[in-house]
Amino acid sequence: MPSAFRVAWTIASKDLLLEFRSRTAFLSSLIFTALVLAIFNFARDPTAVSTVDIAPGILWITFSFAGLLGLNRAFALERENRALDGLLLAPASRTGLYLGKALANLVFVGTVEAIALPLFAIFFNMPLLPVLGPLVVVIALATIGFVAVGTLMSAMAVNTRFAELMLPVLMLPFLMPPITGAVQVTSKLFGGRPFSEVVAWLKLLTGYDIVFIVLCILVFEYTLDE
Amino acid sequence: MTPTQNAERALRRSAFFMGLGLLLVAAVYVRALRFTPLEATQGPAQKIFYLHVPSAWVAFLAFGLVGVCSALYLFLKDVRLDRAAASLAEVGVVFTTVVLVTGPIWAKPIWGAWWTWDARLTSTLFLWFIYFGYLVLRSAVQEPGRRARYSAVLGILGSLLVPFIHVSVLLFRTLHPKAVVLNPSGPTLPGSMLATLLFALAVFTVFFFSLVAHRYAQATLAEARDAAREEADDAR
Amino acid sequence: MTAARVNIADHAAPGGPALAVRGLTRSFGAVRALRGVDFSLDSGEVLAVFGPNGAGKTTLLRIVAGLLRPEQGEVIVGAEPLARGDARHRRLIGMISHHSLLYDGLTARENLEFYGRLYGVGGTRAAALRALAAVGLEERATSLVATMSRGMIQRLAIARALLHEPEIVLLDEPFTGLDQQAAATLRGLLGRLRDDRRTVVLVTHNLDEGLELATHVAILVAGRFVECGPKRGDIASYRARYAQATSAGA
Repeated sequence: MPSAFRVAWTIASKDLLLEFRSRTAFLSSLIFTALVLAIFNFARDPTAVSTVDIAPGILWITFSFAGLLGLNRAFALERENRALDGLLLAPASRTGLYLGKALANLVFVGTVEAIALPLFAIFFNMPLLPVLGPLVVVIALATIGFVAVGTLMSAMAVNTRFAELMLPVLMLPFLMPPITGAVQVTSKLFGGRPFSEVVAWLKLLTGYDIVFIVLCILVFEYTLDE
Repeated sequence: MTPTQNAERALRRSAFFMGLGLLLVAAVYVRALRFTPLEATQGPAQKIFYLHVPSAWVAFLAFGLVGVCSALYLFLKDVRLDRAAASLAEVGVVFTTVVLVTGPIWAKPIWGAWWTWDARLTSTLFLWFIYFGYLVLRSAVQEPGRRARYSAVLGILGSLLVPFIHVSVLLFRTLHPKAVVLNPSGPTLPGSMLATLLFALAVFTVFFFSLVAHRYAQATLAEARDAAREEADDAR
Repeated sequence: MTAARVNIADHAAPGGPALAVRGLTRSFGAVRALRGVDFSLDSGEVLAVFGPNGAGKTTLLRIVAGLLRPEQGEVIVGAEPLARGDARHRRLIGMISHHSLLYDGLTARENLEFYGRLYGVGGTRAAALRALAAVGLEERATSLVATMSRGMIQRLAIARALLHEPEIVLLDEPFTGLDQQAAATLRGLLGRLRDDRRTVVLVTHNLDEGLELATHVAILVAGRFVECGPKRGDIASYRARYAQATSAGA
């Protein structure tokens, strides 16, 4: 029998191949991200609020909306022709299935973020290069937690009525700790604050990731029909 | 006795306790308004404390128990645990709403603002969001087995999310009055007010469980009737 | 038919049933889909389960496949009873349903290679090409499923289900919506499976399908077998018994 990691890799590469072929979800997420960034620039009074104050919040709101769009697609893919039944019939571990879906989502959301980040720097005139290293770490920490929970939620939401609406309702409360942490760290990075000020937030983000990854792996099998 | 009759009896019993609980709640307010001294700086506004604090207590109790029932359900697959979790969440949302309404009523005269993003306020608000989502999810899944599993998963995740939200806001900043009963250096409330508060906490706990029992009995009765109807269809 | 109570030692003996189910029940809420179903099949036997819509056919098949959990009863596969969810149990089973379980955005070969990897089939590419040849689709290996006709997709679905050479093959209304050629492929395949001594369970509401290939026949009405046993009598006699059972049960 294939190991959980092999299953995860098989499923993730299949999802990414499908995504690469159609590109609709990816391109619309990207355009959506660019649009939100552009519109947020006008959702403030430029004489009262400087971009430095508002930019980190805008970045993270944009990332989370784009992420939600990507997550909706993850299990919708398996509903077509009931392919999920095919996955469940196979002697592949459920943990591998969860990890594969999460990995594909992570690549999807991560790619959108990687393209949106320079765009953000240009639109809001933020000096990206000096803080790029730590910023990538924060983005990774927050995105991993978001995708871990989001993959689980989308597995459930896809089988409910009003699936597209259900995912944000279930998901947004879970975004509060990672977004709070990520915005705080991002603005301190851009503000040139000392590293000691962000340590507590990085601990929170890491703790969140560990707790919810473990928990999601444990409960994922209950989101599958039985 | 048939399951339906059993369920009907349980419903009458829980209705009785609910009435009793309501009388006790009335007693709490007679005591709070007539026989408990006015707080020196806050005046009459402080009276809402005897509604706000016990409601907050049962709200968090409710969602702690939703988490416990959810986890047990996934292990034992007993429908009674799912029904208990659903009843707890429904009553819990009502009490959370009471907390969220009474808080600002008190906060406006005392803090000068309806709302502040303090740790406990925010945790309570998100508690409401999570469990409102929980009830929405329940209503959006038809098949009972799937509904039970999905809501158990959300119940477990939600109960672990609340501490994370609390810590997030603590790191953010906080303004709420310090705890007055469970305080490391002993209760800081004068004796008579403390007695009223403890009485209110006990009464709200009883009232809360009577409401949960009533919702639970209603759900049991509905299921028993469904099963009986199905039996009757078979017999035809 | 009620399966005799059997213990594990009986199963370990050669010639024990290849597939047995005992006392399966399953409800969805207040709706009782299965109310105690038993059967036992040796290798090389083909069980056709006939029943009207809503009789519990799909539920039965999904429980045997390990996709659903029975409330009571158990499914015993091979020499030892394998727990539901046991990967070895799933490895022994192939299922063909009226859904294709394929990805429209992948080619025929990519679909088979994907499932081959999930099943841990060695030499995945060669196995995929062999499976394509077996259903006459070797020319279409690099076509996207989205561009294939319904009949071709059905044949590909068959190839998908048999890729890992399962001992037990489950078919859920397999003839629904098939064109002539796909139906012929399927009939040929059922015959081959029987000759290979595989165990087959086929559920359908249509008596004209499958009866001729079946060695055993069951009639499922409202979650119970009203009869189950070796095939006896011709299609006309089954038609009469089926009509009687379904009108009595309805």
